[in-house]
Amino acid sequence: MTFFLQLVVTGFAQGMVYALIAIGFVIILKCSEVFNIAQGHFVLIGGYLGYTFLVPFALPIWAALLLAIAVATVMGLLIERLMLRPLVGQPVLAVVMMTIALGTVLGGLATLLWGAEYKAYHGLLPTITLKIGAISIPSESLIGLIVSVICVAILMFLFRYTKIGLAMRATAEDLQVVQSVGIKATTVYAVSWIIACVVGVIGGILLGGVSGANMELANIGLKAFAVVLLGGVNSIGGAIVAGIILGMLENVAAGYLDPLLPGGGLAQVFPFFVMIIVLIFRPHGLFGLATIERI
Amino acid sequence: MGLRTGTFHENYALDMAIFHSRSQWGIMVAFFVFLFACPVFFSDRILTILTMMGIAVISVHGLNILTGYCGQISIGHAGFMAVGGYTSAILCAKLGFPFWTALPCGALAAGIAGLFFGLPSLKIKGFYLIMATIAAQFIIIWTIIQLRSITGGTDGLSVPKPMIGSIVLSSKANYFYLVMVFTCLATITAHNIVRTRAGRAFIAIRDNDLAAEVMGVSLWSYKLQAFFIGCVYAGVAGSLLVHYIGFASTDMFPFMDSVWYLGMLIVGGMGSTTGAILGVVALRLLDELVTIAGPILAAAVAPQAAASLAIISHGLIIIIFLIFEPRGLYHRWEMIKAYFRLWPFSHEVSE
Repeated sequence: MTFFLQLVVTGFAQGMVYALIAIGFVIILKCSEVFNIAQGHFVLIGGYLGYTFLVPFALPIWAALLLAIAVATVMGLLIERLMLRPLVGQPVLAVVMMTIALGTVLGGLATLLWGAEYKAYHGLLPTITLKIGAISIPSESLIGLIVSVICVAILMFLFRYTKIGLAMRATAEDLQVVQSVGIKATTVYAVSWIIACVVGVIGGILLGGVSGANMELANIGLKAFAVVLLGGVNSIGGAIVAGIILGMLENVAAGYLDPLLPGGGLAQVFPFFVMIIVLIFRPHGLFGLATIERI
Repeated sequence: MGLRTGTFHENYALDMAIFHSRSQWGIMVAFFVFLFACPVFFSDRILTILTMMGIAVISVHGLNILTGYCGQISIGHAGFMAVGGYTSAILCAKLGFPFWTALPCGALAAGIAGLFFGLPSLKIKGFYLIMATIAAQFIIIWTIIQLRSITGGTDGLSVPKPMIGSIVLSSKANYFYLVMVFTCLATITAHNIVRTRAGRAFIAIRDNDLAAEVMGVSLWSYKLQAFFIGCVYAGVAGSLLVHYIGFASTDMFPFMDSVWYLGMLIVGGMGSTTGAILGVVALRLLDELVTIAGPILAAAVAPQAAASLAIISHGLIIIIFLIFEPRGLYHRWEMIKAYFRLWPFSHEVSE
């Protein structure tokens, strides 16, 4: 029982980070109908940025976070302006290939700048230990949980109470109406990309603090897609719930089934099984809206 | 594109012909003679490049039918190649099948895998289908690793040299001929499949699947047919690849290959047989350029520059094509031809 609870708790904290990354994906999708495959690569860049600012630059954690957010903002602006703006109105495949290519370029840049090496920076994040009964919550997961909750809260506030948040929600609803009332759709797109980059980079720093930064971080993006599909692609709340569900399921499944399978590595493919099952039986996910098509 | 001056399609057969003029036939014959003579002029290294190109062309033809014509986007093509490759490797290495029976079995197995993973396409499309096929890629590779007793897991599986009759295809030249025969067959069949009833149904589904269904095109049947045909091509390519290397390993079918096959299609021009070939040739030549430029750059800048150059150049070339020439090299080629045909008049009325 303790083993099970331990897995669930670790999964919960991990799932919260997945949810944070998935939110970046959902925001871009809602505002500009772009499926951003490169979300995982933002995480990768975030992991390495965290390393750069914390280890060679030896900055305090808050300065490192702020600097990383600044870099992410510039990155988001550039990506939106140079790569996605020319593709407005193009078919899904062109846009998806663009984000895949973007992901590859980011991966290549990470290789160029950091040599695709494993960079660890454990213990640089502050440590908090928490024990509930026999279950200990690892400090890094707890930090991840706290930061994710804060980020999600900020985003929720942004969407509900600010003008740009309102514009973003309106753009998600109906692009033509938004343009006719004088909201600049391009600004909304740029902001959504900036937010996606920032949450990706923060997620990267959190995950990098737990397991070190390496090229594998990019694959987290793939898990985020499973989260997004499970939660429903256009639901931020769904992304959070699904992130937690998937984090827990993955940990429990890996914990119990991995010893039984010769090759192991179930945690890596688990999201894909979830994806296929969701896509076959409930394509719009748990909280997404089923779309009705007309000719 | 209009007809060239002096060609008159006077009957149905002429109208449906692929080659309209003698000069086109001449170019074709010259091309075949050139292919046949390749092993005489070229070193083993160039033959290897050409063989790998041929294998990629077969695979991309399959993807072109599936994605370019039927509009069902698949980023799991390397996974289906792995199914074909492993099936024929297992049949050859473990059960002692001859090469020429193992290859169709591999193709069939890949086709069946394609049917299975094509099932979600009946309910979903666009991005969702992309995710389903990405999932297919990872699940296939994981399953292969899990079935250690049959596939050798992560250690891989060595495959005996293929034999046809009493000829052992051990030299590069032999295998080059074999692959080229398959590549030509694949090109001819791919070009003709899309001119059949099924091909027209694929195009209708790509352009608007709801409208196609209302017109009486069975989505259920034709989407699955597209998956089956596309994956059979992948299976043939995978099988040829495994026998060429003489070894089957999951590293030969990475996820990024699936992405590059789609990239080749975009660079070449989607929905055209020539485009598929152009795309493969262009990206493979880029690869070779990178292999040459890599060490120079590594010495000049940093050791990791070579590795990143390959990745970044691939990404950039796709970005550039998507922004500046989304219809691919084939479209550009047609424009150039039209320009010279119509010179000195500036342009023709486009279709």
